[in-house]
Amino acid sequence: MDWNTIFVTTVKASIGLETVVYALAAIGVNIQFGYAGLLNFGQAAFLGVAAYGLAVIVSTFGLSFWLGIAVGLVATVVLAFLLGIPTLRLRADYLAIVTIAAAEIVRLVFRSVAFKDVFGGSDGRQNFSGDFYAMNPYAPGSYGIGPIKFDERTTWVLTVGWILIALSCVLVYLLMKSPWGRVLKAIREDEDAVRSLGKNVFSYKMQALVLGGVIGCLGGFIFGLGQASIQPDLFGTEFTFYAYTIVILGGAARVFSPVVGAAIFWVLLVFVGNTLSEAVGAGVFGSAITVTQVGSVRFILVGLGLMLLLIFRPQGIFGDKREIALDAR
Amino acid sequence: MHADTTVTSKKAAALAAFEGIDSEPGVPKPDPILVIEKVVRRFGGLTAVDVDHVEVQRGSITALIGPNGAGKTTFFNQLTGFDTADEGSWSFNGKPLRGVPAHRVARSGMVRTFQLTKALSKLTVMENMRLGAQNQRGENFFRALIPGSWRGQEDEITERAEELLERFKLAAKRDDFAGSLSGGQRKLLEMARALMVGPELVMLDEPMAGVNPALTQSLLGHVKDLREEGMTVLFVEHDMDMVRDISDWVIVMAQGTVIAEGPPDTIMSDNRVIDAYLGAHHDAPMSVEEAEEQLQEAEAELEAEIEEKA
Repeated sequence: MDWNTIFVTTVKASIGLETVVYALAAIGVNIQFGYAGLLNFGQAAFLGVAAYGLAVIVSTFGLSFWLGIAVGLVATVVLAFLLGIPTLRLRADYLAIVTIAAAEIVRLVFRSVAFKDVFGGSDGRQNFSGDFYAMNPYAPGSYGIGPIKFDERTTWVLTVGWILIALSCVLVYLLMKSPWGRVLKAIREDEDAVRSLGKNVFSYKMQALVLGGVIGCLGGFIFGLGQASIQPDLFGTEFTFYAYTIVILGGAARVFSPVVGAAIFWVLLVFVGNTLSEAVGAGVFGSAITVTQVGSVRFILVGLGLMLLLIFRPQGIFGDKREIALDAR
Repeated sequence: MHADTTVTSKKAAALAAFEGIDSEPGVPKPDPILVIEKVVRRFGGLTAVDVDHVEVQRGSITALIGPNGAGKTTFFNQLTGFDTADEGSWSFNGKPLRGVPAHRVARSGMVRTFQLTKALSKLTVMENMRLGAQNQRGENFFRALIPGSWRGQEDEITERAEELLERFKLAAKRDDFAGSLSGGQRKLLEMARALMVGPELVMLDEPMAGVNPALTQSLLGHVKDLREEGMTVLFVEHDMDMVRDISDWVIVMAQGTVIAEGPPDTIMSDNRVIDAYLGAHHDAPMSVEEAEEQLQEAEAELEAEIEEKA
């Protein structure tokens, strides 16, 4: 077994593209679910409309990169209002139902035959990241420490991605320490009490939904640019559920939990996956597990690990045990 | 109780205002803060509230009583914007409130509490209090990002909150989660938090429900203090003895309508109230001996509980 490869790929996964994308998506979910108590099960759609907004403007219509970014941002905000206006006055469950359905609608529209000319059907869109890589300040070569190296393109994407994560964390930190964040947390606890104290609950919930969506949509841009292509099926419901897993793994309503949660989630997946394939290759399991089954088995093992975490540390990594104890009362 | 010694001018003034007013439902008051006209709320075929005309006198403690299911809480929800009335109108300080959302009702100075206490469990007691303050600059998304723009105001709010916590004997709990407080402490916190809004009219929905006898006295004292500070109190209760102790005026509801109004001493002997509210088999008011006996029982129970814990 090649432990060196396993080690290198695992360390790379901790700061790699997937970690960045899922961290941004999870920061958004953390604002909505962790702080404001909104069950947005359509986070994938927010990343999807942003990535497609950029890709369609650049590759379908041949317009500029920055216009694409602007269109992606506007599309995200519009989606948030479309989902929020009819549901945020109702009980929390309705937002969950509407968002999960809306996310599927968005994905199916992107992959539909009728709009193949615009969205590119199930093949998605390519050739929209040229302007982004033209801005790359890194000279061709590889960057990193020791054996852990990325090429100049990946280094550029990761640099931008981690700057966005840092800015988002600062934003969340400032907001949640402020009276604005206090209103949000209070809404999570009891909407009616907050109303009785003269706060416009609907407005705050909408602000949280939009903010979470916009931070998530940055992940959509990074996803598309990092792969230099997008496909509709990247934005399925499982994407949203991974983001939720990450938030709960890190501990809901903590500033850094989505970031650390995303890193741990991907380190676990990559480490378990690579170790398994190396072990299968070396014949450790005999005929019990074949190479094609490794993908499924790693999710079983990671799922098991997450279940154990929730049993023994229900508050997540950064959570406060006393808060969980309050729920039992 | 400390409140009893301070109850002087304001109570006398409130009682004087009710002097010579008929004990008839819908009777006009000299200086009403809240005027209600023909409010109707139906749930399908059931008419939960059908109030013809009621006025609440400024600066008084008015009790709204009635048996279970009389529509008291539904009526409260209409007035405070938590539910929409099917018909009718009501005005607070002359301002019409029908169709005004709950948060605007609160901002206009009419603040309510809830029958099932709504302490915000995962916020500390202090954060609960701070939330009540109005016109906070830091509650705007963009100003929230610049701590310097709201720090000063936050300090003022904290100071005001600390005074109130001191008064409500919650100062020692200021950094505890509100969810860790006892039922009675939550009631106190909810009342203190409502005061942070700076209300003119405080609407208390069953402030004594689920509170142990020792705390009841202290809560009663706090309600009396509100009147002393010039606020008007309208509260829902169905324990008549409690009502007699603190209220200046009593409005009685049964089956959705106001059936009687009057001063607490005479309302209990009103035939309409006895018939509709107490029913045919009502208990006579407690005698002094009975009250003493009940108190001793409660004390013995409490002591037993303390010993059990120790």
